[in-house]
Amino acid sequence: MSGFWGVTRAIVGREFLRFIHQRERFIAALVRPLVWLLIFAAGFRAALGLSIIPPYQTYITYETYIVPGLCAMVLLFNGMQSSLSLVYDREMGSMRLLLTSPFPRWWLLFCRLFGSTAISILQVYAFLGIAALFGITLPTLGYIAVLPGLILGGLMLGALGLVLSSFISQLENFAGVMNFVIFPMFFLSSALYPLWKMAESSPLLRDICAFNPFTHVVELIRFLLYLQFNLHAFAWVVLSTVALTLLAVWGYDPARGLMKRKG
Amino acid sequence: MRLRPKAQSLRLWRHGFPGNLRPWPGRVGRTRDQTIFSAAAAMTEGLSVQGLSFHYGPKTALDAVSLDVAPGRFCALLGPNGAGKSTLVSLLTRLLVAPEGEISIAGHDLRTAPRKALAALGVVFQQPTLDLNLTVRQNLGYFAALHGLPRSEVPGRIDAALDRLDMRARADEKARALNGGHRRRMELARALLHDPKVLLLDEPTVGLDAAARAAITAHVHDLAEQGLCVLWTTHLTDEVRDSDALLVLHRGQILHSGVTGEIRGGTPLSDWFLAQTGATA
Repeated sequence: MSGFWGVTRAIVGREFLRFIHQRERFIAALVRPLVWLLIFAAGFRAALGLSIIPPYQTYITYETYIVPGLCAMVLLFNGMQSSLSLVYDREMGSMRLLLTSPFPRWWLLFCRLFGSTAISILQVYAFLGIAALFGITLPTLGYIAVLPGLILGGLMLGALGLVLSSFISQLENFAGVMNFVIFPMFFLSSALYPLWKMAESSPLLRDICAFNPFTHVVELIRFLLYLQFNLHAFAWVVLSTVALTLLAVWGYDPARGLMKRKG
Repeated sequence: MRLRPKAQSLRLWRHGFPGNLRPWPGRVGRTRDQTIFSAAAAMTEGLSVQGLSFHYGPKTALDAVSLDVAPGRFCALLGPNGAGKSTLVSLLTRLLVAPEGEISIAGHDLRTAPRKALAALGVVFQQPTLDLNLTVRQNLGYFAALHGLPRSEVPGRIDAALDRLDMRARADEKARALNGGHRRRMELARALLHDPKVLLLDEPTVGLDAAARAAITAHVHDLAEQGLCVLWTTHLTDEVRDSDALLVLHRGQILHSGVTGEIRGGTPLSDWFLAQTGATA
C-alpha cells in the first residue's frame, strides 16, 4: 500500500513541479478569468438583466453571477492543459516511463487526474482571492463548502482531458480541441447566462446547454458557494465523471494500442 | 567517457561471485558460455517470448516471433529499420498487448502477472524519457516511486546507481544541462535502479558520439557478464561481439539465431547482415 501512496505522491509532485516551472501558465490561468470578470462582466452588466433565481435570494450583479462559471472555466482550461501535457509527454517519450510502471494503469491515470485537479483547485482559490480583492465576495463558508464541488468538477474535466489525450495523435491537433471542445462547452452552458435566458432565444440551445455536463459543474459550484446542494447537478457530474474515467481507462488500454501512434 | 569497471557494476546478490560465475538453481559455478539460448533458464530467470505476432491493421509487424535469452547473456537483436524491433520493444514493455503469443520476464507471464513482470524489467528506450526540467536525482527519484521502491532505500539506491556510471557529481544538475552521452548514462542508471533481472535497451546508442557509444556498449556487456539478462536492439553491427547471442529480425520474422561468431562465419558481421537483409548496416 505504501507503494501506491509513493507513486501517487511522485506523480502529483511532478505535476506540481511542472506547474511551478511554467509560471506563464499560472499567470495565464489567473488572467483569463479575471479578464472575463473585470472587463466582459463590466461591459455586459447593463445589457443582461438577471432575475432572482436559486441559489440567489436577492438581485445580484452580473459579476457575482459569472464567478461560479469562471471557477469552472479555470477547471476546464486546466483539464485541457493536462490533456496537452499528456500528448506532449507521449510525443516526447516520457509517457512510456509512466506506462511501464508496474502499478495498474488505471491507478497511474487516476494519479495524473488527481494531480491536475489539485493544481486546478489551487488556481480557482487564487482567482477567488483576487476577485474578493476587487470586492466580489461570497459567503465565507461558501469558500469551504465549494471544495468538494471543485474536486468533483476538476476530476470530471480532467477525465475529459485524459479521454481527449488518448484520441489526439499529435500535438498539432490540439488547436482543434480548443475549437471543438473548450469553446462549445463553455458557451453552451450556464456559465455566462442562466438557462432561462437562453430559452428566450432558442429552446433547442437551452436543451443543449442542459445536456452539457459543464453546465452542471457550474451549477454544482454555484449552489455550493451559497451553501446549497444541487442534487441534480451533483448526480449529472458524478455520472459524467464515471463515464469519462471509464472511457479514459479504455482509451489507455494497451490492448487498444495507444502507443501504435508512436508514443 | 569512462565508466566504472565491471566489478562495481551490479550490487546485492549479483556481487560475491567472481568473474562470470554465479550459482543457478540446480547448478553452481556455471560459466556464461555454457548457456546461449537456454529456454529453461530464460523461462525462469531471463526473457522468453513464444509465438508473438502483431498486426497494425492489415500490416504484419511481427510474425510468430520466439526467442529465449538466459541470464548472463548479452543478446543483440539486429534488424534494419522497419524490421519490427520497436514493435517488439513495445510489446515487451506492455505498451502494446499482442493478441497472439506469450512473453515471460524473469518467470512472470506479462499477460497474467504484468506487475511482477514489469518490476523485473529495466528499460532504456530509444526515445529519451527524461524530464529535462528536473535534476538527475529528481528524475531517478520519480522513477523509483513509479516502481514502488521503499522511500528509505531510494537515496542510497540513487547514489549507488549514479556511482556505478560515474554520474554522482552531476546528481543535482538539471537533465537539460547534460550532454547526450550523459543523458544516456543517466537513463541506464535509472533502468538499473530497481535491480531488474532483465535489461532491455532499444537502440540505446542512437545519437551518441563514437566514444559514448563504445563506453555504453562495453558497460552493458559487463553487466551481462555479471549475470544480467540483456536484450539490446540495434541496427549497428559494430556494437555486437562475436561471443554475443544474436537474433536477426527482418520483416517481422527471426531470420537467424545463434552465437554471432558462429553464424557469421568468416564474413564481417556488417557484410553478412547486409547479405541477409539487403539493408545497410
